[in-house]
Amino acid sequence: MKNSNETPIITIENMHKWYGDFHVLNDINLSVKRGERIVICGPSGSGKSTLIRCINRLEEHQRGKIIVDGTELTKDIKNIEKIRAEVGMVFQHFNLFPHLTILENLTLGPIWVRKIPKKKAEETAMYYLEKVRIAEQAKKFPGQLSGGQQQRVAIARSLCMEPNVMLFDEPTSALDPEMVKEVLDVMISLARDGMTMLVVSHEMGFAKSVAHRVMFMDAGQILEQNDPEEFFGNPQHERTKLFLSQILD
Amino acid sequence: MSKIETASATIKPPKTNIGIVGWSRAHLFNGWINSALTLFVLYGLYKVVPPFINWAFLHANWAPVSGTCSESSGACWSVVTANIRFILFGFYPHNLQWRPLLAIVILVLLLFFSQNRKRWNMKLLYIWTAGLFIMGVLLKGGLFGLESVETDNWGGLPLTLLLSVFGLAAAYPVGILLALGRQCRMPVIRSFCVVYIELIRGVPLISLLFMSSVVFPLFLPEGVVINKILRAQIAIILFTAAYIAEVVRGGLQGINKGHYEAAESLGLNYFQTMRLVILPQALKIVIPPSVSILISAFKDTSLVVIIALYDLLKTTQSTLTDPKWMGYSSEAYIFVACIYFVCCFAMSNYSRKLEKELDTDRR
Repeated sequence: MKNSNETPIITIENMHKWYGDFHVLNDINLSVKRGERIVICGPSGSGKSTLIRCINRLEEHQRGKIIVDGTELTKDIKNIEKIRAEVGMVFQHFNLFPHLTILENLTLGPIWVRKIPKKKAEETAMYYLEKVRIAEQAKKFPGQLSGGQQQRVAIARSLCMEPNVMLFDEPTSALDPEMVKEVLDVMISLARDGMTMLVVSHEMGFAKSVAHRVMFMDAGQILEQNDPEEFFGNPQHERTKLFLSQILD
Repeated sequence: MSKIETASATIKPPKTNIGIVGWSRAHLFNGWINSALTLFVLYGLYKVVPPFINWAFLHANWAPVSGTCSESSGACWSVVTANIRFILFGFYPHNLQWRPLLAIVILVLLLFFSQNRKRWNMKLLYIWTAGLFIMGVLLKGGLFGLESVETDNWGGLPLTLLLSVFGLAAAYPVGILLALGRQCRMPVIRSFCVVYIELIRGVPLISLLFMSSVVFPLFLPEGVVINKILRAQIAIILFTAAYIAEVVRGGLQGINKGHYEAAESLGLNYFQTMRLVILPQALKIVIPPSVSILISAFKDTSLVVIIALYDLLKTTQSTLTDPKWMGYSSEAYIFVACIYFVCCFAMSNYSRKLEKELDTDRR
């Protein structure tokens, strides 16, 4: 893997999280290098979404450390805001704001959080809309777009904040099958540009083609991680083998 | 594929409901129960409408003189025409009544101007501030050579409009703050809001008005007098706000949790999230119930009679205590009802228009 001598952009050490008594994340250790792309898979309830949601503090971890680009996530709102400004997130259900046009969805963060002048923000927004190949829809409302288009807009919205890391929480699992590809294509082109990506997904084709590392999680733990070739060709863990046999059929 | 599409495009829907006959057969006379109901309603209308038109228009008396009414069998609109100035303006000095009239005209113009959502910006706020100032000066006088008029003499329509427009305009933001406070994580703020909302909703408006005019002054240091209208106004605001708060809370709960998360992950802080993402959606959802509350609050302003303020309804009532006009209450009340109706209907109509304009979700 390249850039191996750089400091990691995300470091997670001995991180635990509970929902009430339920131990969702159990002793997570993870280090992500700049430009690295990781696909996280695992059965539902294994904690994979919770893990990436902890990274931008949509969920609070209770023990251990999460450090993003040198800033540790603590209760300090300053740190949280700093990290959120650096980390973009794409959700399963897009979560576009239905009362704003596509363009307004994209400029909201830049204008209010990064204090960029409206004109400049709109230029940036159009640039990223071009990039996800949806510029002609800028004046429409999210409700007028298909699921795949909405998800591409959601990706563009995150990119407008010019993040260093992108988190994807099952970005294609709420989409009709024929729309999965257009979203994956956008993600692949993003990968080519060298974005650091953490993707929770069961799109194994995507994992094989762009991931540096594939992680398998079960019951709140990272059971196995390896480069895609090894991971799919020669899984070590029984649980991983079972899981892969189920989803690859 | 294309063959099927073109074929289906040329087939028209069946012509079952075309023309008046078709329509009435489908909607008025389908089955004997509906036919019977239709006939029954028609008979009822026949019995009620022509006599009412006779009474209200054909045989009515419009001359603004008393005494002429006793001879005619129709409505005696004279009670309204003769007393119109008292009904509309109460005890406001007779020769100065152009001032409240002008104030009302300005208010109506301002409301009309503000209808268009494209005009909702800072400029509109300045225009309103200026407009309110002018209206205030017109009513109160004492500036620019206008004769001063004591607030005790304010009454009728201007008072009703003053209490409701200010009441509703102020209650709405207060209600939103209360709703947000009720969802707040800080226990002190949350408990305060819960207690406030439940307490206010637990008592009738009349008792609040009473407290504001009778109990509240007891706590003020001697010599300090707070204007009676202002006290009633505050009572109305506090009361309406509690109801608005609960409606808005309903709207807030209707917002998908994902929108909070998306806003947070963009780095918006709490106030930005609320102002830019959550409230615009939540308030849109609750337009229908909030308008119900606003309409009922508008009509509830008539309760201020209880603390001896002469609002529109009270001035009308006072007119009817005059021996000359006793017995013509239907006409007077129908007139007032029309004024209330026009205002309420305008509100509900506008709200429906707004709802349609804001419906960006499912287009």
